[in-house]
This record gives sequence, C-alpha cells and structure tokens, in this order.
Amino acid sequence: MSKMRYSRRAVLKGGAAVAAASALPAPMVWAQEIKDITLRQFGTGVSNLNEVGQKVKEDLGFTLEMTALDSDSVTQRAATQPDSFDIADIEYWICKKVWPTGNLQAMDTSKIKNYDKIVGIFKSGKLTPESVIAQGTAPSTVGFVEGPGATAFATEETGWMTLIPTIYNADTLGIRPDLIGRPIDTWAELLNPEFKGKASILDISSIGIMDMAMVCEAMGEIQYADKGNMTKDEIDKTFAIFTEAKKAGQFRAFWKTFDESVNLMASGEVVIQSMWSPAITAVKSRGIDCVYQPLKEGYRSWGGGIGLSKSLTGMALDAAYDYINWYLDGWVGGFLMRQGYYSAVPETSKDYMSENEWGYWFEGKPATGDITSPFGDVLAKAGETRDGGSFYDRMGSVACWNAVMDENQYMVRKWNEFIAS
Amino acid sequence: MLKNRHIQGWLQASPLTLVLIGFLILPIITIVVVSFWQATEFSIIPAFSLENYEFLFGSHVTYKVFYATLKYAAITWALTLLIGFTVAYYLAFHIRSQTMQIALFLLCTIPFWTSNIIRMISWIPFLGRNGIANSALQSWGVIDQPLEWLLYSDFSVILAFVHLYTLFMVVPIFNTMTRIDHSLIEAARDNGASGFQTLRHVIVPLTKPGIMIGTIFVLTLVMGDFITVRFMSGSQKANVGRLISNDIALLQYPSAAATAVILLITVLIVIGILLRFVDIRKEL
Repeated sequence: MSKMRYSRRAVLKGGAAVAAASALPAPMVWAQEIKDITLRQFGTGVSNLNEVGQKVKEDLGFTLEMTALDSDSVTQRAATQPDSFDIADIEYWICKKVWPTGNLQAMDTSKIKNYDKIVGIFKSGKLTPESVIAQGTAPSTVGFVEGPGATAFATEETGWMTLIPTIYNADTLGIRPDLIGRPIDTWAELLNPEFKGKASILDISSIGIMDMAMVCEAMGEIQYADKGNMTKDEIDKTFAIFTEAKKAGQFRAFWKTFDESVNLMASGEVVIQSMWSPAITAVKSRGIDCVYQPLKEGYRSWGGGIGLSKSLTGMALDAAYDYINWYLDGWVGGFLMRQGYYSAVPETSKDYMSENEWGYWFEGKPATGDITSPFGDVLAKAGETRDGGSFYDRMGSVACWNAVMDENQYMVRKWNEFIAS
Repeated sequence: MLKNRHIQGWLQASPLTLVLIGFLILPIITIVVVSFWQATEFSIIPAFSLENYEFLFGSHVTYKVFYATLKYAAITWALTLLIGFTVAYYLAFHIRSQTMQIALFLLCTIPFWTSNIIRMISWIPFLGRNGIANSALQSWGVIDQPLEWLLYSDFSVILAFVHLYTLFMVVPIFNTMTRIDHSLIEAARDNGASGFQTLRHVIVPLTKPGIMIGTIFVLTLVMGDFITVRFMSGSQKANVGRLISNDIALLQYPSAAATAVILLITVLIVIGILLRFVDIRKEL
C-alpha cells in the first residue's frame, strides 16, 4: 500500500488510504519521508515553471527539481541518460523517438484519478466523435502501449499510457492587420508576392518544415500523403518552392528565438510570419495590433506530456503518481490556460479560473473585464475575443501535429542548404 | 651545473606547456578524432568512417558557404585595415603629446566596455525599415522608399564585422607605429620624399608586423564567427560557423567536428601564407 497517500493535501484519501492507515502506525514518519523525496524533472521551458515547483512543495510536500533544456537536448537526455531524471516533460514527437529506447515506463491509467476527463485528442485521438485524426505525430498514436515493458505503441486506448498530457496548443501565422489592411485566410499568403520582403518563417527545421508544408499545400502545389512524414521527393519539392521565394526576396529574415519573432513583428519589419501564441501577446502588450490569424487549412498543433523514468520505483514512483494526479487536478491547468495554452483536463481548471477567464480562453466569448496573465500583465480588455475562438473551434481544426520524420536527417541537410542558398 | 640549468629551464616552461597541452592540443585532437566518427539521432558511434568528409566535400553547400566565409573575411579585412591604419597613423604621427595619444587611444576602446552582442544588436533598430537611418534619409529627401538592403543583408553583416573588429587592427598597428624612429621620417623628408613616398617606402614597410598581427586577429575572428552572421543577416546567410552551430544544435557532433577541422585547416593555410610575407617575430 502506498505510503505517499499521506501527503498534506491527501489528494487520494479514500478506501485504499484508510486501509493503508491501519497498516502504517505512524503517519507522521511518512510525512517526514515525503519531505525528503526529490523528483527530478527536465523538459522544454514551456511548462517547466518555477511556480509549479513551489506549488508542488506546498501542496504535496516533496521537492520537484526542474531543468529546462532545448528540445534537442531533451531528446538526447531522455534517450541516453535514463538515470539522470525521474520525470521527463517532453513533446509527443520526442516520445516517438525516445520510447523505443525503453527508458520510460508506461503509466497505469487506473491510478490516474481524472483519466476519464482527459480530452479525446489524447485518448481516441478524436476531439469529438466526428473528428478526423490530423497528420503528423498525433498524441493518440504514441500515447499508449500494450503493457508495462512494451516498446511498441498501441493503436488504441489500453490502460497503459506513455505520457500524461500536460500542455498543448494550436499554432498558426501571426499578422499585422494594420499593415496588411485586408483579410488573410490561408497559409498560402505567406508566399504572396504582395508581402515581398515582409514575410518570415522560423529557423527551427523540425517546425519550419511543417509550416512550409502547410503553405505549399494551401497553394495547391503539393499534396502530401502525411505532412509529418514526408518522402524525400516531397521534401525536395517543398524546399524548391521556398528557395525560389527566398531568392526572389520574399523573406525579410528568419527567426530562431521567441524574442526575435516579437521584434520582427513589433518593428514592422515583417507583417506575416510563423509565430507562437505568447509572442503575439508580447507584441500586443506593446500596444501594437497583432492577430494570431485562424486560417482555413487549419492549425499546426503541438502537445507535451510527462513521462516517468524506468528507474522510478517504490515511494518515489508513488510520489510521481501523486504529482500527476495533482497536475490534472486543475491548479496547473488554470495557470497554463490563463497564458493561452490548454490543459489536458479543462473541466478541472475551470475551478481555478474566473468565469470571465474561462469564457475568454476556453469558450471564445468576449471578455467581460480585463484578462490578465498569471504574472499580472493585461492580455485583453473587455469586449475582446480570443483569436480563433473557442477550444473546440481551435483544437477542432488542427491540420497536423509537430512530428519527426523518418527522413529527418535528409530534411535537416536540405534545411541547411535552404539557409545557405 | 649545466644539467641543473637544463632542469630549471624545463620546469619554467612546463606550466605553459601543460596548459597548452590540456586546453589546446587535447581538444583539437579530440575534435579531429570525433570528426571520423558516426552519429545517429541520439548516439555517437566511435567507428572510423570518412562519411562526414565525403558528405562535406560532396555537397555544393559547403563550397558556397566557404566562399561566403572567405568573402566576409576579405571585405572585412580590407575595410578594417583601411580604417585601422588611418586611425593608428593619425594617433601616432599627428598627435604630438603622449598624454593626448593615450587619451584618444582609450577613447577608441570605449565601445568595448559593453558586450559584443549588444554592440551588434544595437544596429538592428538603427538600420531597420522604419529605423533611424531610413527615417533620417527620408526626411532629408534623399530617398522616397526605405532602403531594404540596410538590414538583413551582406551589407549589415559586414558593417557589424567592421564595427566589431576595427580596434583589433588599430591596436597592433598603433603599437608598431609608435616604435618607428622619427628620425627615419625626418631623413626621408630631408632627402626630398613627398608625404606619400614617406608613407609608402618608410612607414608601411616598418608597420608590416603590426598589420600582420591585426590581419590575423580579424581573419580568425571573422572566419570563426557565427552569431554576427545569424543576427545581422536575419538567419538568411550562412558562413562556416553557422554550419557548425546548426550541426551541434541537431546533435550531429561528428559532422560539426569535420567541418571544424576543415575550417581550422583553411584558417591555418591562410595564416601560413601571410606569414611567408612578414616575420612577425620581429614584433614580439
């Protein structure tokens, strides 16, 4: 029986815990031991937030050490150093690369309290029963395995989950409506000669290639079997179109960091570019009009989750399950959703958000008052609505998920050529 | 006695030798060794293979990028030499008081009190489409449309290089010039040489070691750079440094090492050729 159930918050107080209590005569001793537990989490910066670590200490009693790395280092570490972490906070496409190494252990969904409430994207793959699963590394395709120890992914829900989804969002193009002055509704506009010298794309090959694919497909130039797993021929054609555009002076610059994308947009160097949601907010907070434009072809989506190291056992493993249950319990969800991301169990987050916040971020309703981020910045004023609308409007029109291709190495080399051309 | 002195000499030389072995020779050997290894997405396979070099020499991108690197180096060298020589000449021969010389020389170093990256990035808002340069030119009526090539172009890359590295030319040239015996210049004048003849036949030959040291600084800095090219070209241009940094970001260490080895050899050849012309040991 789990000793961990005696965390201060006693998340899982219930029959099992009562049974445990009778077996364990001195709960205070366990509370002391819990304090000594340290879970080491590493992952990309987006969800590795100090606020989460502090709250874990307050609510659950143990220490969560967090390390933020870039996605390439995260992949490498998860694949090669299983003993250097307890919890891996990784994206689903990274999971596809890392899982076959056997360094992560599958999670028993019967121990996940809110499992039933996790959105369909991460289980059946369908947001609503009518949805079609998007291209790329859709979370549901790498979300389950047949059982503990299995290294191949299962095609349906099995009760053994690879990653517990934590944070996800839908990305699109950012535009400066004041400088464009007309409606934009398709990815093809990125290469429209009208924006010659005023367009940009991100210089991170694995994501940039997907944005390129969205554009080429929207232009009607290429029909991809799977944008997330292109053939060499498709890669060549895609780069041919973009190299031609680059030589014709379509792009003002390429960006690699968040800040660069904000500066390009805010200074007016660029009026249309691939962008991330918090960057839009950053431009807006300078009083500059900037829209995260929904496009008819749909969004390019990404999602992350937490996975457990195979070396996690005993009390530390119980603590990890407590952490996961706490993660899905709503506080973190609310914290993330108030920054514009989505939580895997939106309903629980509702308790940690005001009605105005929930309406604005999730339901796509006009704000009834100022919308502020958890850090106090005003992100929207009364009457404004979120670009793209409600959760179901946005996540319902995902065209592809971030992915890693079989021809990744070839693609990377072509990317280098593209930059040098 | 003699033997003792022998040992003493070795002991005196050993700290530097050890530092050089540990921090220069060993890392270079490691890079050379790794350049023959293979890598997959997560692992480095220590097997001898020429694959990295085969790919490097087989790709037209490599030649293009090396050409771009040499182009940046050559243009930057020419401009920094012109500016650096002029500044050093002025400081050394036109400023009479030594106090003033030192004061003006220190003035040249003021920009170096902030970081390289900040000095570089501060050009971006200046040169941008709606930047200070364009709005000033427009308000003077010189141009109607903003000049697009001011930023994110070869122009901005070279401008930043010249701005960053001119001092590396000024310092050694100034140093050599101050050592020139002024009586030589007087002798030239007494013999009827014009100002230009004095410059060409007396000052330039005597300044050569300084010019060479400055040249080595500037060439190695420009050829090894990747961040200036990335920021000032808006990631649109590539030099060898960027190829290496891209490979490292994608965990392709062996391939990065191979590129680094070729770059090292290129730089060494360039410096080797330069040293055929001038004996810089005279200077040291």
